[in-house]
Amino acid sequence: MYKKGLTNSIKVFMTSCILFVSSGAAAEPTKAAFIYIGPTGDHGWTYQHDVGAKYVKKHMGDDVEITTVESVEEGPDAERVMAQLANKGNEIIFTTSFGYMNPTLKAAKRFPNVKFEHATGYKRLDNISTYSARFYEGRHVIGKIAGKMTKTNVIGYIASFPIPEVIRGINASYLAAKSVNPDIQIKIVWVFSWFDPGKEADAAKAMIDQGADIIMQHTDSTAAMMMAEENGMYAFGQASDMGSFGPNAQLTAIIDDWGPYYLQRVQAVRNGTWESIDTFDGVREGMVAFAPLSDRLPADVRAMALQDIGELAAGTLHPFTGPINKQDGSAWLAAGETPPMFPDLLTMDFYVEGIDSKIPQ
Amino acid sequence: MNELFIQIVLGISIASTPLIFAAIGELVVERSGVLNLGLEGMMIVGAITGFAVQFHYNNVVLAVLASIVAGMMLATVFAFLTQVLLTNHVATGLALTLFGLGVSAFWGRSYSKVTVDRIDAINIPGLSDLPVVGPLVFSYDPLFYLSIMAVFLVWYFLNKTKKGLILRAIGDNHDAAHAIGHKVVRYRFLAILFGGAMAGLGGVYLSLVQVPIWVEGMTAGRGWIALALVVFASWQPFKVIVGALIFGGISILQLHAQGYGVNVDAQYLSMLPYLMTIIVLVTLRVRSKSKSDRVMPHCLGKVFHSTQ
Repeated sequence: MYKKGLTNSIKVFMTSCILFVSSGAAAEPTKAAFIYIGPTGDHGWTYQHDVGAKYVKKHMGDDVEITTVESVEEGPDAERVMAQLANKGNEIIFTTSFGYMNPTLKAAKRFPNVKFEHATGYKRLDNISTYSARFYEGRHVIGKIAGKMTKTNVIGYIASFPIPEVIRGINASYLAAKSVNPDIQIKIVWVFSWFDPGKEADAAKAMIDQGADIIMQHTDSTAAMMMAEENGMYAFGQASDMGSFGPNAQLTAIIDDWGPYYLQRVQAVRNGTWESIDTFDGVREGMVAFAPLSDRLPADVRAMALQDIGELAAGTLHPFTGPINKQDGSAWLAAGETPPMFPDLLTMDFYVEGIDSKIPQ
Repeated sequence: MNELFIQIVLGISIASTPLIFAAIGELVVERSGVLNLGLEGMMIVGAITGFAVQFHYNNVVLAVLASIVAGMMLATVFAFLTQVLLTNHVATGLALTLFGLGVSAFWGRSYSKVTVDRIDAINIPGLSDLPVVGPLVFSYDPLFYLSIMAVFLVWYFLNKTKKGLILRAIGDNHDAAHAIGHKVVRYRFLAILFGGAMAGLGGVYLSLVQVPIWVEGMTAGRGWIALALVVFASWQPFKVIVGALIFGGISILQLHAQGYGVNVDAQYLSMLPYLMTIIVLVTLRVRSKSKSDRVMPHCLGKVFHSTQ
């Protein structure tokens, strides 16, 4: 922990040097900053946010000046990084991990003139917007594919931290898989890290050894995909197309497409039209997209997946449609009912009926 | 079930081996009286170097040798600073870790999208096919056997050779050792190089055996666990193996337990290695009060200056 703190301080220091050097530049570009939880080389979550940042740069060119800070711990470090970026004249700061919620809140109070954009959180202020994607729509599609493609009827799920976002993903995947395969069983392993390739690989291996033939992950590295590839199992890319790490294993990937949103928000700051909003976009708006479906999918599975993607895009399908009971058997949704975003989805802290596991406290 | 048991044992060996390498190297360093906190940095530089060489030449032996050299190069920097310029061990070691993490991320930029052939488990015709014994004894990767061999050699060196005894004497009292004519700096320099070589091996194990990919920061704190392991082993080579198997075992078994839906609190389990280290430290402390205990090298981390 200590060393990470130091690493980050050094990175901040270096960033500030760069900012210092570049501050003499030309005609008043809008300064935007991005704070990442992992390295951009993770080819997952952080990589995809960085793709979004580059998208902004590509479309705004000299009108924008972008600073990115990688591998920032979720804690006091994050707040220091935000303060540093605010002091350096950044007008909008994107904080791209759930755990940055309280640091973002504190920094936003200290710098009321700076706009903050917090990913996947739910606390807003006049100068904090929140944004997230309906990733569970993606999970629904891969869950259905998994339910059809498994031979052992066991899905292995690598989970990071027991937060609503992750639990939603597990529930959505399970419900979808169960809807096409009543015998499906889901094994959930918590690794308590967003990014630890060694541990993610060990977790994937452990579940394969226990009979899982399809691996899903809610962690950021490509390690699990590689393990699936090596063992001849299937897996799904997380956040980004991981096909190059598992050409045979990847059935599809859920892709987070942040670019258009980032562009719109930075332009809003430039035009002076920015205001605090809550965005929760999905397949319909294009924030959740899919990598090309694998050739290994039989025609009927491919058709099913395409149909679901089409219905999600049309807004006629909700992955959480009743009747659904909670794990303890109590009723959650009545037949045909869909849950409200808040509190049901945004604070989800329970498994649905049928999952044989317990959420760590 | 039998198959699963064998897979779990293999999994534990894979999780433990990088720790054995890094810890046995650091053990020799610490027995000579030097504290090198740069393990993590040397490991990760070993990991990227081995990975890059494997990518370009597809030659496992060359990759492993390169990782050893890379670890030793970083160790040389540390040795020069602490032994020649007499800098503080702790600060220099921390700097080495930061440097290693940074420089590996920089070098590794172009390798994060590629994969390489991993180092495979050996297959000895006849032996590896034996029931139970075959998979449990004769089916690991070559580096695993090398790590066990390294522990034996270190034990032999420290306990059965004159040079080993001198190295320990230097670690326990460098002034006295110097006074009777032993080359304190030379011994320590070589010990640090050995530590670097072993850390490099631990690193390449991560990037070529555990998962054959390169990602920035992929050591994820294993260097620090190895440091704790040296203390846990109370500076005894064989206890390094025991400790590494316990540490590795916990991390693998908790994953399996979760897969079976056993209610374990993974957070507590991941604390366990550190908790055990603290307990061992306290026990050592208590014991050393009652009798003159020589477990910890007495000159550990102290700067040596020959004219004092």
